[in-house]
Amino acid sequence: MDESYESDSAECLALLATDPSRCQELPHMRPACWDAMTFVMSELQEARPDAFNLERLDVDTWRWRNQLLGIEQEFVYGDDRTLPTDPLRFIAPQVQDDLVLLDQREGSLWADAGVVTAAADWSMRFDVGMSFLEIHGPVPRVHPAGVVDRAQEFLMRLQPGEAYRRTNWTMTVGRRLDTATETYPEWGPDRRLVLGQDIGTRLHLRVEVQHLVRLPSSGAVLFLIRTYLLPLQDIARVPAWRDRLAAVLAELPQDMADYKGIARYRHAAVDWLRSAA
Amino acid sequence: MSGSPAVCLRVAQIDQVTAGVRQIVLQDPDGRRLPGYAPGSHLTVTAGGKRNAYSLTGSGIAPDDYRISVLRTRGGEGSGWLHDSLRVGDLLPVEGPRSAFPFELASTRSLLVAAGIGVTPILSHLRAARIWGRPVEVVYGYRPGAAAHLDEVRELAGPDLVEAPGRAALAQALLERLACQPWGTHAYACGPTAVLELFTATARDAGWPPVRLHVEHFQAPELAPGRPFAALLRRTGVQLAVPSGTSLLEAALDAGVDVPNLCRRGVCGQCLVPVAGGRVDHRDLVLDETERQAHTSMLACVSRAADDHLELDL
Repeated sequence: MDESYESDSAECLALLATDPSRCQELPHMRPACWDAMTFVMSELQEARPDAFNLERLDVDTWRWRNQLLGIEQEFVYGDDRTLPTDPLRFIAPQVQDDLVLLDQREGSLWADAGVVTAAADWSMRFDVGMSFLEIHGPVPRVHPAGVVDRAQEFLMRLQPGEAYRRTNWTMTVGRRLDTATETYPEWGPDRRLVLGQDIGTRLHLRVEVQHLVRLPSSGAVLFLIRTYLLPLQDIARVPAWRDRLAAVLAELPQDMADYKGIARYRHAAVDWLRSAA
Repeated sequence: MSGSPAVCLRVAQIDQVTAGVRQIVLQDPDGRRLPGYAPGSHLTVTAGGKRNAYSLTGSGIAPDDYRISVLRTRGGEGSGWLHDSLRVGDLLPVEGPRSAFPFELASTRSLLVAAGIGVTPILSHLRAARIWGRPVEVVYGYRPGAAAHLDEVRELAGPDLVEAPGRAALAQALLERLACQPWGTHAYACGPTAVLELFTATARDAGWPPVRLHVEHFQAPELAPGRPFAALLRRTGVQLAVPSGTSLLEAALDAGVDVPNLCRRGVCGQCLVPVAGGRVDHRDLVLDETERQAHTSMLACVSRAADDHLELDL
């Protein structure tokens, strides 16, 4: 939770209204979606008991209160009719992370449900139902090293109660959370138009803080992605960050720069960061 | 990384389910909400100095308590202690829940096979199937008069239950029920090793793909003591002598080498260690064929050197 909680929530709701396909769910994932919703509610309550409250009223009935967004909802666990919308879509705008659910079967993980409104140049609608290996197919270099296979093995052994965090990064032109494949015509051209002194204010480092959690009752893996955007001019204020980002951008292999979609402007960004020293 | 550290839960209730089976109901001593668990999960219970895994019998959704049903086994120190010494109000050290016998969410129908006290995880799966309205059929093989939770299974399963009193009836029921399941069904079985072998063989003969069959070993197959071998721990240079009848895990722990472990029966996968040299005689139920052929990892609790020497990346 941070100062953009309310505005991020409004943005997520608006996007889901314009493009409902950002919410995807294969029918067998309904128990996992209920599990994910109540897990997220419990986590929110744990983090901010003053703002969030999940209370069990009787054997089946629960009450959820989100004071920050003014939401109060009673529901019967597992009964879709007791929520205004399906469970994953109900909770997604109440948390600043994107949510992806991975089903585990036949020795693989499958991205069988998710609500993603801040995709970094990918599409939940396109990826739904794909295996973990298929989703990571376009990532250069990692396959010969067996990185994706081993990551999947690791995740498949994840036990309830364990949580792991990793980060991922790319760059975005403008303070724009939604860079999904669906809206490429809106943001794609910007990548050619970022130049000169604009770079400091318009070009953002995009960092994803990802959490991986084994959900208790369904056994599905919940993958949470929280996206942070910081303009280069802010990064340049911390010399260690400025130097490190310049060094990483300068030495990034070409295929990785192409994959991240930053090839057009990365050298201009390096020049800008170094001249800001 | 051993998922869940031991906690103490309070014994809230004890019920004699059958002459040989006790149900133990556990709650958080401070009245906190217990975590949910996947159907088919187990708790590892420390009882009378022994650690044993017991299946949880609830649906796993927002549980008010954890329920296990313990069969008194001949010579079983843990189960004997749970039957004779445990009282309501006692604190019992448990680890978990851990999920090692999960339900396949994507399946369109389930055939649940229980034999004897193997009914415990099947009851859990049956409850979850009823909550979510999943099509299910149950085959329950038992000795007449000694069937734990039979009333609950009957009530939950209704017309979808095939009862098989005695081993011959169970073999017949498996033959019939495995032959007539629609495409897309997954079959789950828990029971003694002999029943699981019968289940697997009958299913294979009926044309079931292995990926649709799921078994829970509550009794690990008896393993031969194995030949002695030497294990070199490459990072520390420690040389372990592993005698016949002693596991690599025991030898390592005795030498002060910390290897995370849990079931010690080749089932849970906790004690997986990296192998840097030598060939492995794999005797676990965790690794798949590719992993076995690679000879790059092994479960220290049951697997041994195929020859007389192994090198470990420890």
